[in-house]
Amino acid sequence: MEFKNKSVFELKELLEKKTVTSVEMTKYFLDRIESLDQDLNAYIQVSDKALDEAKKADDKIQAGEKGRLLGVPVGIKDLLCTRGIQTTAASKMLEGFVPPYSATVVEKLQSEGAVVLGKLNLDEFAMGSSNENSYFGAVKNPWNKEYVSGGSSGGSAAAVAAGLAPVTIGTDTGGSIRQPASFCGVVGMKPTYGRVSRYGIVAFASSLDQAGPLSRTVKDAALISEVISGFDENDSTTSERSVPQWSASINESLKGKKVGLVKEYFESKLHESVQEQMDRAIEFVKEAGAEVVEVSLSLSRLAIPVYYMVATSEASSNLARYDGVRYGYRSNFDEKPASSLDDFYERNRGEGFGSEVKRRIMLGTYALSSGYYDAYYKKAGQIRRLLAEQFQKAFEKCDVLMGPVTATPAFKLGDRISDPLEMYLNDIFTTSANLVGIPGMSVPMGFSKEGLPVGVQLMSSSFSEQVLFDVGSALEQRADIWKGLPNGY
Amino acid sequence: MISKEQILKIAKLARLNLTPEEEASFSPQFSAILDYFEQMSEVDTSDVLPMITPTEMEFHWREDQAKDWNMGKEVIEQAPEKSGNLFKVPPVVG
Repeated sequence: MEFKNKSVFELKELLEKKTVTSVEMTKYFLDRIESLDQDLNAYIQVSDKALDEAKKADDKIQAGEKGRLLGVPVGIKDLLCTRGIQTTAASKMLEGFVPPYSATVVEKLQSEGAVVLGKLNLDEFAMGSSNENSYFGAVKNPWNKEYVSGGSSGGSAAAVAAGLAPVTIGTDTGGSIRQPASFCGVVGMKPTYGRVSRYGIVAFASSLDQAGPLSRTVKDAALISEVISGFDENDSTTSERSVPQWSASINESLKGKKVGLVKEYFESKLHESVQEQMDRAIEFVKEAGAEVVEVSLSLSRLAIPVYYMVATSEASSNLARYDGVRYGYRSNFDEKPASSLDDFYERNRGEGFGSEVKRRIMLGTYALSSGYYDAYYKKAGQIRRLLAEQFQKAFEKCDVLMGPVTATPAFKLGDRISDPLEMYLNDIFTTSANLVGIPGMSVPMGFSKEGLPVGVQLMSSSFSEQVLFDVGSALEQRADIWKGLPNGY
Repeated sequence: MISKEQILKIAKLARLNLTPEEEASFSPQFSAILDYFEQMSEVDTSDVLPMITPTEMEFHWREDQAKDWNMGKEVIEQAPEKSGNLFKVPPVVG
């Protein structure tokens, strides 16, 4: 039996009807990873506990126990701590680190019966837009291996696209779920800031980071979002709001709904295939009954400087903990003793971190340093508030914003890696949602002439995720491409 | 323009050794990035309170109670070097 292009809901049904066991299904995906992931490089490590977890799930199914994901295999971005399974953040700094506890997101998935297949590749410490910054090598795009998977959750996106996991967890600090989802042709959902606990997730930028699902269907994304959301006493930024049953409430009729198009997004230079898919999406939402209105977000043109100042400042503080004392990489001091305490830190950190991580720690250090704080970090925080106010005004005119995820489809491996500023500019359409804290989703729409996937982005106001799932489903139904797998998979 | 000397100063503040390639490339890269970021100065932000988090600030009060936490051994296991149940570091006298 083939499971590679089945949705989580289809797999759940097969498990519930006992057509297949979780052990069989888990083994199917482990076999596919073994035979197909060698050159794709989506996984950093496969879990040796997966089949045991699947056996336990089968026992529960036999005993008539219920779980929203009972027996369903999932992949986890290697930024989330998994008790007893190596967690690296794709960094030499954390190679071999085995966390003594799991992230709340992982615990929530496992408490609903999900089986962890393994840990997925990413840009080191989630810093990158192409997955080329991984210490374990770049993830390739399954639709064309000369192209990037996107980042930072590149492994999470490529694994779903190639049928190496039915669903995965990624994290999104400035587009790291939505952009690779678009590049690989899968659904990617970043929930509202505060919906999902950050406890046990290796911190990059604490006021922006949020975990979410990458999946084949919008309904699957809704289900996984339900499972991982909710207040957590271990993360004081999580919201106490109740979590709606999004997946059971999806309404594909968009009658009475207003879809906003951001004027400034369409004034920028979009690749012809991105423009083409946007035009289709606009037709589709109209067909589903929505009214299309134009809105303006003039400050969104500054999203990149504001985002990179906030993100790097927070990163410089968050990554100060990696000092080589209690865990993580330590240089060889037997051969060459440390000349001072600073020398000890500088060597551990200088050898343990890759170049992009160092670049960002240093940009943040600069933005926070005496004499520059007002012009950079404080200024960015002020524009961030003005941007949030503009979004609030936009949502008075519409229920959901629709626009591109990126200006172009996936680019070639090696094309942008030598120019950090050009790489940062990839994130122009995705970073605003993180700055403002609103939910965002990428939905696959179609393909470029070169055969690369193109998605569209939906954003709504904070804590109103349902409208994203409604509009996303209406688009997905009409685009009708989610069953397709790349050649060779 | 961010000079190589400035780059070395920032690296020192961040406690990072740089490779010779990083020392050479970071200066032009930082200059280009920070030049681009200058656009922020065009916006009038007088009297605007910086936004530091998008969350609805909720306060979660709880009793300050000690809890058992039996992971000491597993935590020490992760140390690059250990001595019994202690983290071990090399001599750093200089």
